Amino acid sequence: MPSRTALLPPRHYLNDGYGIKSWLLTRDHKRIALLYLAGVTFFFFVGGAFAVLIRLELATPAGDLVSDETYNKLFTMHGVMMVFFFLIPAIPAVLGNFLIPIMIGAKDLAFPKLNLASWYIYMIGAAFTLWAVVQGGLDTGWTFYTPFSTIASTTNVIPAALGIFVTGFSSILTGLNFIVTIHRMRAPGLTWFRLPLFIWSHYATALIMVLGTPVLAITIVLVAADRLFRFGIFDPAVGGDPVLFQHLFWFYSHPAVYIMVLPAMGVVSELVAAFCRKQVFGYTFVAFASLGIAILGFLVWGHHMFVAGQSVYAAMIFSILSFLVAIPSAVKVFNWTATMYKGSISWDTPMLYAIGFIGLFTIGGLTGLFLASVGLDVHVTDTYFIVAHFHYIMVGGTIMGYLGGLHYWWPKISGRLYNERLARISAVIIFLGFNLTFFPQFVLGYLGMPRRYHAYPPEFQVLNVLSSAGASILGVGYLIPMLYLMWSLRYGKVAGSNPWGAVGLEWNTTSPPPTQNFLETPIVTWDAYQYPTTVEGHVA
Amino acid sequence: MSNHIVPLRTYYLVFLTLIVCTAITVAVSFVDLGRFNVVAALGIAILKATLVVLFFMHVKYSGKLTWVVVAGSLFWLGILIVMTAGDYLTRVRTGTFG
Amino acid sequence: MSPETHAVAHEPSHHHHPAALAHHFEDLGQQSEAATLGMWVFLVTEVLFFGGLFLAYTIYRGWYPDAFAVSSHELDIVLGTTNTIVLITSSLTMAMAVHSAQLGHRRKLMMFLSLTMLLGLAFLGIKGVEYYHKFVEHHIPGPTFQFEEKYVREAQIFFSLYFVMTGLHALHMIIGLGIMIWMFIWSWNGTITREYSNPIEVSGLYWHFVDIVWIFLFPLLYLVGRHLHS
Repeated sequence: MPSRTALLPPRHYLNDGYGIKSWLLTRDHKRIALLYLAGVTFFFFVGGAFAVLIRLELATPAGDLVSDETYNKLFTMHGVMMVFFFLIPAIPAVLGNFLIPIMIGAKDLAFPKLNLASWYIYMIGAAFTLWAVVQGGLDTGWTFYTPFSTIASTTNVIPAALGIFVTGFSSILTGLNFIVTIHRMRAPGLTWFRLPLFIWSHYATALIMVLGTPVLAITIVLVAADRLFRFGIFDPAVGGDPVLFQHLFWFYSHPAVYIMVLPAMGVVSELVAAFCRKQVFGYTFVAFASLGIAILGFLVWGHHMFVAGQSVYAAMIFSILSFLVAIPSAVKVFNWTATMYKGSISWDTPMLYAIGFIGLFTIGGLTGLFLASVGLDVHVTDTYFIVAHFHYIMVGGTIMGYLGGLHYWWPKISGRLYNERLARISAVIIFLGFNLTFFPQFVLGYLGMPRRYHAYPPEFQVLNVLSSAGASILGVGYLIPMLYLMWSLRYGKVAGSNPWGAVGLEWNTTSPPPTQNFLETPIVTWDAYQYPTTVEGHVA
Repeated sequence: MSNHIVPLRTYYLVFLTLIVCTAITVAVSFVDLGRFNVVAALGIAILKATLVVLFFMHVKYSGKLTWVVVAGSLFWLGILIVMTAGDYLTRVRTGTFG
Repeated sequence: MSPETHAVAHEPSHHHHPAALAHHFEDLGQQSEAATLGMWVFLVTEVLFFGGLFLAYTIYRGWYPDAFAVSSHELDIVLGTTNTIVLITSSLTMAMAVHSAQLGHRRKLMMFLSLTMLLGLAFLGIKGVEYYHKFVEHHIPGPTFQFEEKYVREAQIFFSLYFVMTGLHALHMIIGLGIMIWMFIWSWNGTITREYSNPIEVSGLYWHFVDIVWIFLFPLLYLVGRHLHS
């Protein structure tokens, strides 16, 4: 509980040096996390603006708001902004950067200057892509399929692709930093199986970043070479294969979705433990499930290509593997639920987001199983069923996990408490707005409405209007936290080092923490989540 | 991490082997072995790369983590190539394209 | 307080603080281990980066074996083999540089780094000559490409891969030269010592990796169908 007489510590990372240079040249992982927070928040709203325009257009069956070419640009830019500049960096670069060194008892990440470079690289890449937007946008879809992207498209493919290429390095370097940090900088006594599950998730995520992103990088190089020099690597006219592009693209982009969801799962593990005051059920299984998701996630990319011209036999293999990859995710959902069973649950805002994640991710994940089945996928691919599926996971999952984590660790990051009542109301608004936006899209897709079309048959209008109405509610839901979180920076109650009464190294230091994280390097001799047993007979 | 100092003799031996292997691979390429030309060329390249990795890059004298990292990268490259090739090799050719 | 008894404000006495030690590490050992692991993880990303190109090569060679053989024949095997030997030798000189650094032999270290750089420059020079030949012979894929009619389409795939693969490899060599210059400066100004030879080792890992990429590029690009009469 927050102490009534809690005071901000006199020296901490936020007042350790003032002025713009102390921020733009910082090596402190916590300040870099905040630099990323500013960046990802900005790009979230840019991507959101495109979403607003999309849902406005789709409120009526006729393509009456924008032309079809402009609409192509809208959904492309929405996807590009959200995937590359928000979803992939958000949790790792904000929460991961801030918390990983603290959770392992280190003073910083292994390579602090590289960390700062990662942020600059991210911003430079984003600037290139924004420039492409301003110069008239991109209409290839975020998936850049060839030969349209390499030959036929007349839009700014190269600057946008270059921006994504550059930002990819930010992801790679962050992953590299995390891997080395977790291997080499754990505090004395902190063995692998004493680590918080947040660390396991981020380690698994970092593996994917390092193994997958380079393949996207080379793919973009080839697309640029084809487009700039007319090389023809993906051009059927000289014997190139467009499907080869798809193999290369999805080899990264499928694992990329696990880059987006694994960190959120790590957050949820922390939230469930803290707000049920209980050791996470089956800790070891959850830890290995993170690795399982990372590894299996690299073996399923062909499920994006069932109708692309891939061989049927390859499709069958990818289908079976896609069913398998659901298993470690299911293990996590079961274990979180088991943790909640007979736990001492408090319904604070972070827990609301965690529960929201568990429910919505489950729905999204189960619909993924429908799509893993080749026979079903053939019918619903490129329809709104797919759109609903991935938004349930990305928005219902990742964004909820992100907001839950942001709220949980906000007192640690800022030293202040936010307004809990407003926060709970926002969480509920987001949950309701989200479901109203995206559930109708499952139905629409199943009924046959294709994706990436700016006009549709009139019989689909009711569901589309529901979806657009939901989107406006969702938008409001996202705006409110911006306001009360900013407000709390100045006027929020001082939090004290452990306002939630949670267990974890980050709660053993002040809020905000000192620049070097701890006054003395901790020596860890205990397992994670050592909450007192709340129920007789429960094995902690 | 190992601070093992590799004896110079080892380096010279590896260097000589690499040069000899280069000569062999060039020579073999002028002989028609049909499908085995590729096997020979790749086999020799793998041998050369292995020598560089083990001795010049000190992996032979390094800890388990380094071995796992090297093996992991090759395994992942394998996934990329083998599973993609699996698609191409099992496609039914209609004769028009590829 | 007299100057003799005035203690300089210091960290706890057990903390020997070498100049090279960064403050977030406990000791040079941890720092070196972190740097080495960091470079290895980076090399993993490079394996996958070039790996995409090797995938494209594999698929297209499987589809167009004859076009690949005929195109490969157009590359200069003498220059290619020379470059292979140049790079292998540069790996030897790099390994010798690491050896010298580990023993604290500053002059030898600087000599071997210089030799490595010279060999790297030689490689790039020869590559430049080869690229020039390709330009003159109209073997750059795209609108200016000229080739025998039978293979004029698929040969462009071969040459596209040739230019992207060797071009990216050359770019990595240039970066490698930059790293060598940096290491040369550190060797010259005393940053590299017997206790702190790790940066040379880490740079060596990068250099050897670039060599390994060429070890695979050479047979795949230059030695396809050599037995065929041109």
